[in-house]
Amino acid sequence: MKRLLGASVPLLAALVAFLFGAIMLLAIGASPWEGLKALLDGAFGSGDRLAATAIKATPLVLVGAGITIAFRTSVVNIGGEGQIVAGALLSTSVALAVPDLPVIILVPLVLLAGLVGGAILGAIPGALKAYASVNEILSTIMLNIVMVQLMNYLLRGPLIDPLEVEAGTRIPQTERLSDNASLPNIVPGVRLHLGVLIAVLAAIAVYILLWRTPLGFRLRAVGHSPDAAKAAGINVKANVTTALALSGSLGGLAGAILVFGSEGQRMVTDGSSAGFTGSAGFNGIVAALFGNLHPLWTIPSSFLFGALLTGATNLQRVLQVPAPIAIAINGIVVVFVVSSGRLREKIDRMVEARAELDKPSAPNKPSSAQASGAEA
Amino acid sequence: MSDFFTMSILVATVASGIRLATPYLLAGLGETVGQKSGVLNLGVDGVMQLSAFFAYWTVLETDNLFLGSIVGVVVGIVMGVVYAVVTVVFQAQQGISGIGIFLFGLGFSDLMFRRQVGTPRPANQLPELPIPILSDIPVVGEALFEHSALTYLAFAMVPLLAFMLRSTTFGMNIRAVGENPQAADSLGVSVAWTRTFAILIGNAMAGLAGAALVLELGIFQPNLTAGLGFIAVALVYFGAWRPAGVMSGALLYGLVAAVVLQWKAQGIIPRGASDIAAMAPAVLTILALVILAGRVQAPSALTRPFSRH
Repeated sequence: MKRLLGASVPLLAALVAFLFGAIMLLAIGASPWEGLKALLDGAFGSGDRLAATAIKATPLVLVGAGITIAFRTSVVNIGGEGQIVAGALLSTSVALAVPDLPVIILVPLVLLAGLVGGAILGAIPGALKAYASVNEILSTIMLNIVMVQLMNYLLRGPLIDPLEVEAGTRIPQTERLSDNASLPNIVPGVRLHLGVLIAVLAAIAVYILLWRTPLGFRLRAVGHSPDAAKAAGINVKANVTTALALSGSLGGLAGAILVFGSEGQRMVTDGSSAGFTGSAGFNGIVAALFGNLHPLWTIPSSFLFGALLTGATNLQRVLQVPAPIAIAINGIVVVFVVSSGRLREKIDRMVEARAELDKPSAPNKPSSAQASGAEA
Repeated sequence: MSDFFTMSILVATVASGIRLATPYLLAGLGETVGQKSGVLNLGVDGVMQLSAFFAYWTVLETDNLFLGSIVGVVVGIVMGVVYAVVTVVFQAQQGISGIGIFLFGLGFSDLMFRRQVGTPRPANQLPELPIPILSDIPVVGEALFEHSALTYLAFAMVPLLAFMLRSTTFGMNIRAVGENPQAADSLGVSVAWTRTFAILIGNAMAGLAGAALVLELGIFQPNLTAGLGFIAVALVYFGAWRPAGVMSGALLYGLVAAVVLQWKAQGIIPRGASDIAAMAPAVLTILALVILAGRVQAPSALTRPFSRH
């Protein structure tokens, strides 16, 4: 029974969030009932719309699965936006450098570049946390800001489409990238590319990594109690760095998929990171939390939030309700899920473990008595 | 480059740096109060966007800048009540719930803007209020004493908050519940209420920061803050949880931004370089965090929910 109650928490949170969504619709003078219909129709109304939902869900699955690696190691990764951009930039550069490689080589190569780009951007805050005690919540957010500017610089300057310079329009975007790097469709006649499949496989791989491999065991041991892990001979610092690098690599992969699964087959910026990522770096956190920080549950959870995003686009079309309502609803979902009990226990444990990480020495610190007092 | 080093341009740059520092300072000071009580609020950026929109909308409709600023504060307090319920009553994890607040602010301000205003229209801007006598001092007067009311208010808050935190009972309670809530509780200090008030003060100031940002510009656009609120949170670490330290950080960021703007306007740096220069606050923050890590002590109970049993 308790388990059943626990499982219903995210559903309750979703219900409350939709209630707030209805209130927001009423507040701006739209009918909640019509709104819900437009939302559902936009997300699931046809085969193409279902495919669009799956495409929207793809980066959320990847970022979300990455988030679960970090969380299970008791580190927080709010750098999804920056990691997506890093992966996209590196994979774009690779496609520009060697456009003529055959599909069978170039597609895996750009995806690998995405992984590497994201991993680098994850490893930086990971190493800073492990070896210099820099708060990773702050450093990952700061790196988001750095990467937006780097993207703007590169797409307005060194990587800009030569045609844009010639025409004088200077839209900050790359030239159309090699068709050999384009992600092939997996269902004939439907815009559903390989990226969707890769994301699902990646989430499954994260599950196997965390629960079926020695590395996953070490990561989770650090997540459970860094002190105990250290006592057992586990290199806590290296594992913290690895966790954030792995977490970031999936964000980077999402970035590569956003570029090479896009209709324009190019990278383009509107000056903000959301313009390129669709805020997937943040929405992936929402999906991971909603999926109870379990990589496999992140898949259906992301599909749900992908549906919210495509549904909101339809909402805008049909009822002239601006699509950012989806972001506002996501915020409410986060607040409610985090406030709910079951997940709180799990996160509380992580907070305790994080406190241990931040104070590497001092085995009998007074705050541990305090902590166990608060837990009881 | 030589054109930059003329007195009038240097003075204008310093003045603009102080102006640009204002939202950082207001938000950073508010965050300091919250963190001193043990509560990290990562939602500042979202709160600023919400209050910026509503302040802008108010001024657009009423032309009343004072009312606009008040609306900004009220929006901040409303979000503060939400955040207090989430973190104090439900004891939710603070980093993540702050991101929830951020997303809500980002989405809802964007939604309201597109629905209620649509295309950006200029609203009244905060007027400069030269301080009599002081503003007549050569050079210094123009740089320091010809600013908006909200800028003066922001800088006046620095000694006020420092005094409040150091010497008043309320301030001592805030520090006590941020350092050792169990001990404070056993001495009869209400951890929940102290943290709630600290959160409300912090959010009210974040709200004012949003109003200051938008009313200085006189125009709103979605994602107006572009991460400014997150940098304000980092400023608190930068300033080692002291109002004066936060002020130094805010001034540094404001001046760096002003110099970049000035150089861009004068064509000293090319267009592309200004994108690189825009990384400066975030890079500076990371460097500062590396240098300061281990040297400054965060409030011991920061991000740790308190429950009695």
